Amino acid sequence: MRTIKTEAVAGAVKEMCIEANHFLSDDMAACMKHAAEQEAAPLGRQILHQLQENLQIAGEDMIPICQDTGMAVVFVKLGQEVHMEGGSLTDAINQGVHDGYVDGFLRKSVVKDPIERVNTKDNTPAVIHYEIVEGDTLDITLAPKGFGSENMSRVFMLKPADGIEGVKEAILTAVRDAGPNACPPMVVGVGIGGTFEKCALMAKHALTRNLQEQSEIPYVRELEQEMLEKINCLGIGPGGLGGTVTALAVNIETYPTHIAGLPVAVNICCHVNRHAHRVL
Amino acid sequence: MDKIINVPISREDAVSLRAGDYVYLTGTIYTARDAAHKRMQDTLDAGNALPIQMEGNVIYYMGPSPAREGRPIGSAGPTTASRMDKYAPKLLDLGLGAMIGKGKRSQAVIDAIVRNGSVYFAAVGGAGALLSKCITASEVIAYDDLGTEAIRKLEVEHFPVIVVIDSEGNNLYETAVKEYAR
Repeated sequence: MRTIKTEAVAGAVKEMCIEANHFLSDDMAACMKHAAEQEAAPLGRQILHQLQENLQIAGEDMIPICQDTGMAVVFVKLGQEVHMEGGSLTDAINQGVHDGYVDGFLRKSVVKDPIERVNTKDNTPAVIHYEIVEGDTLDITLAPKGFGSENMSRVFMLKPADGIEGVKEAILTAVRDAGPNACPPMVVGVGIGGTFEKCALMAKHALTRNLQEQSEIPYVRELEQEMLEKINCLGIGPGGLGGTVTALAVNIETYPTHIAGLPVAVNICCHVNRHAHRVL
Repeated sequence: MDKIINVPISREDAVSLRAGDYVYLTGTIYTARDAAHKRMQDTLDAGNALPIQMEGNVIYYMGPSPAREGRPIGSAGPTTASRMDKYAPKLLDLGLGAMIGKGKRSQAVIDAIVRNGSVYFAAVGGAGALLSKCITASEVIAYDDLGTEAIRKLEVEHFPVIVVIDSEGNNLYETAVKEYAR
């Protein structure tokens, strides 16, 4: 049994909110740089160079990369040997989000009720996904999610007979419909299998995977590569203004599913695919 | 073709622009997004006057992050314009000169742009830090209680935008994508 104080959690979450909104992870930054070198369209290249400049200004002047500093999505892997001390873990995470968004000059984009729509003024609550794992550490990934791209995400309840071709069509449909609204070049997170909510959660989690790593499953790895090529043939391009770089990566996760179903979720993220990670 | 346009925008300037033009805006613009548009619509429905004049003015669909000390504004990039499609035709008919946002517009908005000789610009989505450098002053002038969604008057200098839908109804999102689809 190992004891972790909740105040350490709040502190780490605060830091992660500020870090993720001002600095892209190394793999994302590398992909963006590579995209600027690869784009065939002159206007597309100009936009990608502006985005390079934007990243530089964000880091140097501490201005958020994007004004939509997102709703805080938090993936927590809690070791079953950990004892939390100092109150509720959920409260500590939300305290960290409050501190990060208020002290870090981040935008407060959360409303308390989806219909009444009164702003909570501190960007809480976070959307927290807990997983109990073996071990004595607390692993936290914080991914602030902007809604320009979130709004263009989709769940498709396909039939088993639709097969892999149905999955490909679902991914292309979501990306084609998203077009300029999702701030391309985008990162495409896909969940295949599980249930209605499980595939959506996998699609979201897939966005946090290092873009330079590939799936361990051979057919999934091939599907990721094929879909990236197909998406980049759609012509959408940077800013949706035409070009050859529409997506930076397609990350796919899979899970066992029911004999009657083939759920597919496509969670689209803009080029500001933010995440920060800590292990306590 | 690169052009420099003063804002508020004259009808003559607005109709001279063509989809695909790269434009730098200098002058005064106003921000409004979802909640401010809803409130403006409610105001018009109640027969009252809007907090800003529409004639020749430019609305930027944007809700900034908070400004750090000594700066006029925080990160300040465009939000998705289609969420304002429900409200835009009415504002265009009242004389709105131009809109700045990102993403597709409805046919009703395109029709209203053509009918009124207006224009829809896109700013680069996700470039909020860069775009904030082109904003020299910011002041909340209405709906302060809406926080980031309040209506702000912005002074902009050499603010970069691209004409996506022009007064003839040409739509760069459609033409440019066709050009690069393989």
